[in-house]
Amino acid sequence: MSTGGGRRSGAGTGVRLAAVVVALWALLALLAPWVAGDAGAIALERILAPPGSPGCPLGCDDLGRSQLARLLAGARVSFEVALASVAVSATLGTALGLCAGYAGGRWDGAAMRVVDVFLAFPGILLAIALAAVLGPGIGNVIVALAAVGWTGYARLARAQALALRGREHVLAAVALGTPPARIVARHVLPLAWAPLLVEATFGVAAAVVAEAGLSFLGLGVQPPQASWGAMIRDGVRYLLVAPHAVLVPGLALAAVVLAVNLLGDALRDRLDVRLRER
Amino acid sequence: MTASLARRLLAALLTALAAVCLVAVLLRLVPGDPVDAMLGEGATAADRAALRAALGLDRPVAAQVAAYLGGVLRLDLGESLRTGRPVAALLAERLPATAELAAAGWLVAVALALPLGTLAALRRASAWDRLATTFASLGVSIPNFWLGPLLMLAFSVRLGWLPVSGRDEPGALVLPALTLGTALAAVLTRMVRASLLEVLGEDYVRAARAKGLGEARVLWAHAMRNALLPVVTVMGLQLGGLLAGAVITETVFAWPGVGLLMVEAIGQRDFPVVQGCVLLISLGYVTVNLLTDLVYLWADPRVRSEA
Repeated sequence: MSTGGGRRSGAGTGVRLAAVVVALWALLALLAPWVAGDAGAIALERILAPPGSPGCPLGCDDLGRSQLARLLAGARVSFEVALASVAVSATLGTALGLCAGYAGGRWDGAAMRVVDVFLAFPGILLAIALAAVLGPGIGNVIVALAAVGWTGYARLARAQALALRGREHVLAAVALGTPPARIVARHVLPLAWAPLLVEATFGVAAAVVAEAGLSFLGLGVQPPQASWGAMIRDGVRYLLVAPHAVLVPGLALAAVVLAVNLLGDALRDRLDVRLRER
Repeated sequence: MTASLARRLLAALLTALAAVCLVAVLLRLVPGDPVDAMLGEGATAADRAALRAALGLDRPVAAQVAAYLGGVLRLDLGESLRTGRPVAALLAERLPATAELAAAGWLVAVALALPLGTLAALRRASAWDRLATTFASLGVSIPNFWLGPLLMLAFSVRLGWLPVSGRDEPGALVLPALTLGTALAAVLTRMVRASLLEVLGEDYVRAARAKGLGEARVLWAHAMRNALLPVVTVMGLQLGGLLAGAVITETVFAWPGVGLLMVEAIGQRDFPVVQGCVLLISLGYVTVNLLTDLVYLWADPRVRSEA
């Protein structure tokens, strides 16, 4: 994606609102076990009760479980998966990309061919296939998303390393006999992080969507554990009688994704980064 | 020109080959024994050995890959574990539905993005521009497994205008196509706007205006041609992406395409069918990307000399 016009500079109200939403998401995710209440408590007398009914402020699902409690539990799942998968893929991708770009030549060529093979698959398809063979569960979702997500960081980091390795301070370090690993870590990485940070921000939004998508397909966390994607899937069956079962988790999901994306946009403008088109 | 054409064809061929190899060993990634995962706890040793032989899992990995590759060349992708029918036949049955959906979703995206992005760039900071930028942000943030049910709720359940799901009734394509196309429309709108804004600020556009050309001619004969070049790439790359996005959209609307087949096969642990679906979608993706490259090569003389 290329940048829009330079109109959105500085922190507008939209960006502040986005920051609040993301902070709320993180806070609720961390506090979920204490504030959420029992996300698995089945109550047959309030099946599909609309929002505002006693005991379920945001309505109840098809087993009479509180949507609020499930929403908070789901926030924790999406937060965990997003942070963990982005942390793994960003670290791996950056390390590989920096080394490839700095080493250049044959190593660089080999690393980039591997990236090309991964990019030959549409990301979500690969994640679905991996999640399908690995089996359900939060750990496997993280593995599947990390395995798909690292290529973007690798390409960016490589481009940065290629551009930086001829800089004078790097040449000076080489002349002083600094080991290559140390040069990459101390002299290249500190100048290369800005686009990677922006990419990681968008990566969090993508991971939230992907986790919910896998759970929607039944490949994410397993019942009775709550996930926004699974809530939407279960809710679709009752669209006619209880639209809140789809609306509530979807709104939470869209709000978080929109907020993270807006923060990414703001960060990109602030750091003046131009991400390369994919 | 010929050299870069040949390079691209070769690269696409190699990627396709790598994709086949990866798909061939996909089953090997199952932790533990894939045969156990497929048959469940109660299977006898004889059942297991039979399935293992049927899937070729008793042979070395290299032999498995070679056998799968040979099969792909003969359009033999094995048989479904559930129905015993050839996977290639299953895919051939489902492919038209997916192609129809992807094409329709792509058309929706282009039909929304081109006018909206152009208007936004021409009338910068107007209501159109705000509409376009809001749509661009919202469109990429609303996942299609939520947008689908929302559209269903509005147009099928409340208004009763369109069928809820399936492919048999007239108009059944509308909601899935909108669902699939919206995210791409958002990405393209943003790109068209940014790209056109950039081009409109260039000297040659000012020169065209200075020699007294009308705005319409400046836009269509001069600005659009260059502004749309990067957009064409993304439109092509994303058409491949739509094939993958169709997996979720088809599941939402019970649209009987390759994506739904794959999700059903995953649920039944029918791995030969899953492999076939992954392979077909990946090869479609590689092909579309190659075609995009070629269009770009044809449209932009600058790319021909480079590489």
